[in-house]
Amino acid sequence: MNSLLIKDLHASVAGTEIIRGLSLEIEPGKVHAVMGPNGSGKSTLAKVLGGHPDYTVASGEVLMDGDDILGMEPDERARKGLFIAFQYPMEIPGVSNANFLRSAVQARLPEGETLDATEYYARLYQKMDLLEIDRKFTARSVNEGFSGGEKKRNEILQMAMLEPRYAILDETDSGLDIDALKIVAHGVNTLRGPGLGVLLITHYQRLLDYIVPDIVHVMVRGRIVRTGGKELALTLEEQGYDWIIKDELEEPAAV
Amino acid sequence: MPTDTIDIDRSIGDFVYPESHEFDAGYGLTADTINYISRVKSEPEWIREFRLKALDTFLSKPMPTHWASRDLEAIIFDNIRYYLANGQRPTRSWDEVPEDVKRTFERLGIPEQERKFLAGVEAQFDSEAVYSNIKKAVGEQGVIFTGSTEGLKNHPEIFRKWFGKVIPTGDNKFSALNSAVFSGGSFIYVPPGVKVKHPLQAYFRINAENFGQFERTLIIADEGSEVMYMEGCTAPKFETATLHSAVVELVAMKGAKIQYVTVQNWSANVFNLVTKRAVAHEEAEVKWIDCNIGSRLTMQYPGVVLKGRKARGEVLSLALASHGQHQDTGAKMIHAADETTSNIISKSISVGTGRATYRGLVHVPRHLKHCKNNTECDALLINQQSRTDTYPAITVRGTGNAAQHEASVSQVSAEQIFYMQQRGLTEGQAMSLSVNGFVNDLVRQFPMEYSVELKRLIDLEMEGSVG
Repeated sequence: MNSLLIKDLHASVAGTEIIRGLSLEIEPGKVHAVMGPNGSGKSTLAKVLGGHPDYTVASGEVLMDGDDILGMEPDERARKGLFIAFQYPMEIPGVSNANFLRSAVQARLPEGETLDATEYYARLYQKMDLLEIDRKFTARSVNEGFSGGEKKRNEILQMAMLEPRYAILDETDSGLDIDALKIVAHGVNTLRGPGLGVLLITHYQRLLDYIVPDIVHVMVRGRIVRTGGKELALTLEEQGYDWIIKDELEEPAAV
Repeated sequence: MPTDTIDIDRSIGDFVYPESHEFDAGYGLTADTINYISRVKSEPEWIREFRLKALDTFLSKPMPTHWASRDLEAIIFDNIRYYLANGQRPTRSWDEVPEDVKRTFERLGIPEQERKFLAGVEAQFDSEAVYSNIKKAVGEQGVIFTGSTEGLKNHPEIFRKWFGKVIPTGDNKFSALNSAVFSGGSFIYVPPGVKVKHPLQAYFRINAENFGQFERTLIIADEGSEVMYMEGCTAPKFETATLHSAVVELVAMKGAKIQYVTVQNWSANVFNLVTKRAVAHEEAEVKWIDCNIGSRLTMQYPGVVLKGRKARGEVLSLALASHGQHQDTGAKMIHAADETTSNIISKSISVGTGRATYRGLVHVPRHLKHCKNNTECDALLINQQSRTDTYPAITVRGTGNAAQHEASVSQVSAEQIFYMQQRGLTEGQAMSLSVNGFVNDLVRQFPMEYSVELKRLIDLEMEGSVG
């Protein structure tokens, strides 16, 4: 019952079906990696799960700890415990990081309850230290003028503060140099634990050297075509995706 | 807290003031109206003549619809009462006050007594105690802080020298109208070198005349003095009268500083057509902070005539044009001496069918040297039907003068909202957060009590703009 369960999901954007019968189950405490060639629908999956208004779900189910979330607004899903670390985090001019996160944390409190500012800042600073983020950062506008690495670190900071049940990390490694990648990976690894299920979306094996997954899936043309242990990622690193795509074309009925 | 829990004595709200011709000039505008106003107010003869001349000017001037909104044609001058003395404003019962206005009071935490006044249920708000304390405090410094009528009667030597000099009667049709029928407003004189610590607030002088339709304010800051004046409040001001046309004149003598803060939130049936201008003498500084939230149509462009060397003028303008509203605002900077500088920062937000117009006039003539202007003008559109227009008129002649103008129009993008929703904020909360972010650097320069209320007000407006 406790899992993020995706059952035979079909979803499209602007009339084109991108997710075509995808099934996947992420249990708390586990890190799943979804790998796949460009255009396989990996990022679309993240947006569909998040409830982006541009994407339409034609059929299938997504159950979070037993509750169907597809009928929920994006913010309801988020408050229920779903977090997406975006590939391209948005800039919010004029809104400071501290303020933004505070609103987000506040949004999770029961109505009428107000966040204790001292506790909030203590926790924020603790998480920032973990991710080696400078204190000055709190006063800067959300993602505005941030480098690629800073944006990704900010996503992980938000994740640390919001303590989701399930986190989807969409191409978190893209645009990061090796040092930034290590810091981000360290952040994610510290957050790993029995209460958190992670879905890592990545094109490259590189990230998986630092965040070691429990299970690796390969996604091609909108569905999962292979599932294996972490060694599957290494095979992909050596042989590329071509052999899987070829197999997939030869066995169109494979599930 | 729902509105119906407000504990009010409804019998008070049902009270209607008796009509009395002693204090009511009736409908329409003729020389008789002027004579009547002057007589009731026991004004000196020169003022009566000034008014009559202004009436001629008003009648001879066409409506400025060749450049301004044609909505002005909806004003029917014959249906307006031009003078109502204290306590003679039309009243309504609390039940007649629209629900959304009540809800706003609730959210802003406006005290009950003030709510009734603001809603037009009561004609007077007794804050005389607060006001007299301030008046006493500044009085000890030699500051004159009084109404315009008292000013012209009791301090003619100062009043006459400046009255109508910054904004001549014929400046525009509505300044002429105000000159003909003005009543209420403040007269302030700050003696040389006096720095007034308390912001002087029209809010503490709430009565029918002060929040009247045609108030006239004149502020003179003598050499090296400093004063800050605040008028209005963020709470919606519910009016039965549909035309508000004020004139505000400021004079900053050598080295003086004046800051004038306006927060306008008239109800959506009001035409708010205001003329505001300052003269800044040598090394003087004038700063207008102008915040327009309410009204059906607002037209106001606070200006500074930079008359003395090194004078400085600034306008910070914030406009929120909600559904059905048109905020036509901006600034005028007339450079008339060397080394003068001016700064204009304007931000507008258009919601629903709301329309925000920025008009900016910056004038630097050829013979001047080392003048600088900076203009920043940003517009934010919330919905598909929202509209914004920018009409900058910048003439900078001569060499060694500099002007820079930056303008931007942005929209809160769907991606931005989704991003914030993914962090757990509702669509409405996400919208208010980005709008507050948009105005943040400007609002930070506002007096504290206003910036807090403004933030809440934006939250409220944005909640209604989505879904």
